[in-house]
Amino acid sequence: MLCIRNLCKTFHPNTINEKKIFHHFSLDVSDGDFITIIGSNGAGKSTLLNIIAGSIIADDGSIQLKGTEIATQPEFKRTQLIGRVFQDPTMGTSPSMDIIENLSMAMNKGKRFGLTKGVSKKEIPYFKEMLSALSLGLENQIHTKVGLLSGGQRQALSLLMTTISKPNLLLLDEHTAALDPKTSDRIIHLTKKIVSEQKITTMMITHNLNQAIEIGNRLLMLHEGKVVLDIKGEEKKNLTVDILLKEFEKKQNKGILSDRVLFA
Amino acid sequence: MLNFWVNILEQGFMFGVMVLGVYITYKILDFPDLSVEGSFPLGASVVASCLVAGMNPFLATFIAFVVGMMAGGITGYLHVKLKITNLLSGILVMIGLYSINLRIMGKANIPLFAQKTVFSNPMHPIFMILIFSLCMKFALDFLLNTKFGFLIKATGDNPQLVTSLGIDIGVTKIIALMLSNGLVALSGAMVAQYQRFADVGMGSGIIVMGLASIIFGEAIFKRVSLVKATTMALGGSILYKIVTGFALKLGFPPTDLKLITAVIVVLALGLNEKKIGFKLKKTLSIGGDSVVMHTKSM
Repeated sequence: MLCIRNLCKTFHPNTINEKKIFHHFSLDVSDGDFITIIGSNGAGKSTLLNIIAGSIIADDGSIQLKGTEIATQPEFKRTQLIGRVFQDPTMGTSPSMDIIENLSMAMNKGKRFGLTKGVSKKEIPYFKEMLSALSLGLENQIHTKVGLLSGGQRQALSLLMTTISKPNLLLLDEHTAALDPKTSDRIIHLTKKIVSEQKITTMMITHNLNQAIEIGNRLLMLHEGKVVLDIKGEEKKNLTVDILLKEFEKKQNKGILSDRVLFA
Repeated sequence: MLNFWVNILEQGFMFGVMVLGVYITYKILDFPDLSVEGSFPLGASVVASCLVAGMNPFLATFIAFVVGMMAGGITGYLHVKLKITNLLSGILVMIGLYSINLRIMGKANIPLFAQKTVFSNPMHPIFMILIFSLCMKFALDFLLNTKFGFLIKATGDNPQLVTSLGIDIGVTKIIALMLSNGLVALSGAMVAQYQRFADVGMGSGIIVMGLASIIFGEAIFKRVSLVKATTMALGGSILYKIVTGFALKLGFPPTDLKLITAVIVVLALGLNEKKIGFKLKKTLSIGGDSVVMHTKSM
């Protein structure tokens, strides 16, 4: 499905701020996988998703999605197969347009954006049905400007807009981090439902270890641009937060220890 | 007096077409496009030279529209492909067009007294102007309601969303800029035929006039529900012409018009933010109760 080989990325190369994020990074994602990605700040989680989606171009290496090489494609070409929900709820919607206009645009993804009517009346019942599945009451305010919705409502709408065109790969970049715990749970619930119903291959970054354990069939822990932990299938079902935290400490300790020794 | 109002409506609708063009870039695309300062006289010079050459006035006006679109396309190309900032690409095109306009006309201005224009028919000019500008308004309304129009709106609103939809925002931007400059050139062509001369300097201050009309129209009409943004732009253009018309009537010399325009923009922006009205009320109502009851420092 997705096959990353020898990915290299360095920010600000040959300067004093040089930061090597990935050095010959490789990863395989199989069809139908739901992967949760954890790791400390600066581990390269978001950069990885950005490189896959094309908003950051890798220095070297190959990325193959369904057999096609996408590493050199511009972002708008890749997004035809990849759907993405961002941490910031404002990134996935157009605030000055109303809900139905936003949905209609998302629905039209992959087709021609020509001079036909923006919202066709025939589609409205379908959109309403999709919205009522979110159980946020959005189906009764389809002509409300998206800019007036709350963060949670917007994020739910973003999720719906991203998945309505059935992408091959769904990238979720901490998409619940900006929401309150209750709304966050709701969005996670929705995510699980949509992903399992449509069987979309998904990669989700999260800082919530409970979420990371509970959801999906595979867990990756990134540290300094490397996969330090890769737990799949049965093993993942038996995973607890304690085990994960211990692993987390173990991986991080190396760095901390040497610092401590240095400054002792 | 009737003549005064007819004049205002004529000018308001004529410049209104230009305001629609500026509306596309400034409001929808969020692109401060200064190239309109060049494409307005570009429309005028193209139509003037075509008319002098004896061309059909409607065809000449259409050519002005197309040439204006090309100018917008260049601005878009500079910004999208060469990654020059939006402000600078507009300025570069504006400066370049000044020389191009002089080349097209061959001199600084062309009088059009003997030539046939779109207004050379028994119909009163106001009807011709109304037909032109309302057609443009409805065409723009239609366009903004199509799937492609949605893309233009979303490009200004949230470019990331358009990229996520698998669309190259660069292409959308270039097409929107072409449309905008086409409309501005069309307006320039109309104005040149109406006042019966084209001048290389007639574009100076056009962008401010456009912005003034848009902001003015919004400040006045936004409280009225169900008024389309394009209607607001046209209305703003007429309001702007009313204000400048009255300023002239009050005895201000025409040379003061640019200053008046600047003041209108400041006033309208202030009204939009409700700052001016608010402060006025506060200073007027100081004293008595309000001072006694006011526990906060002023």
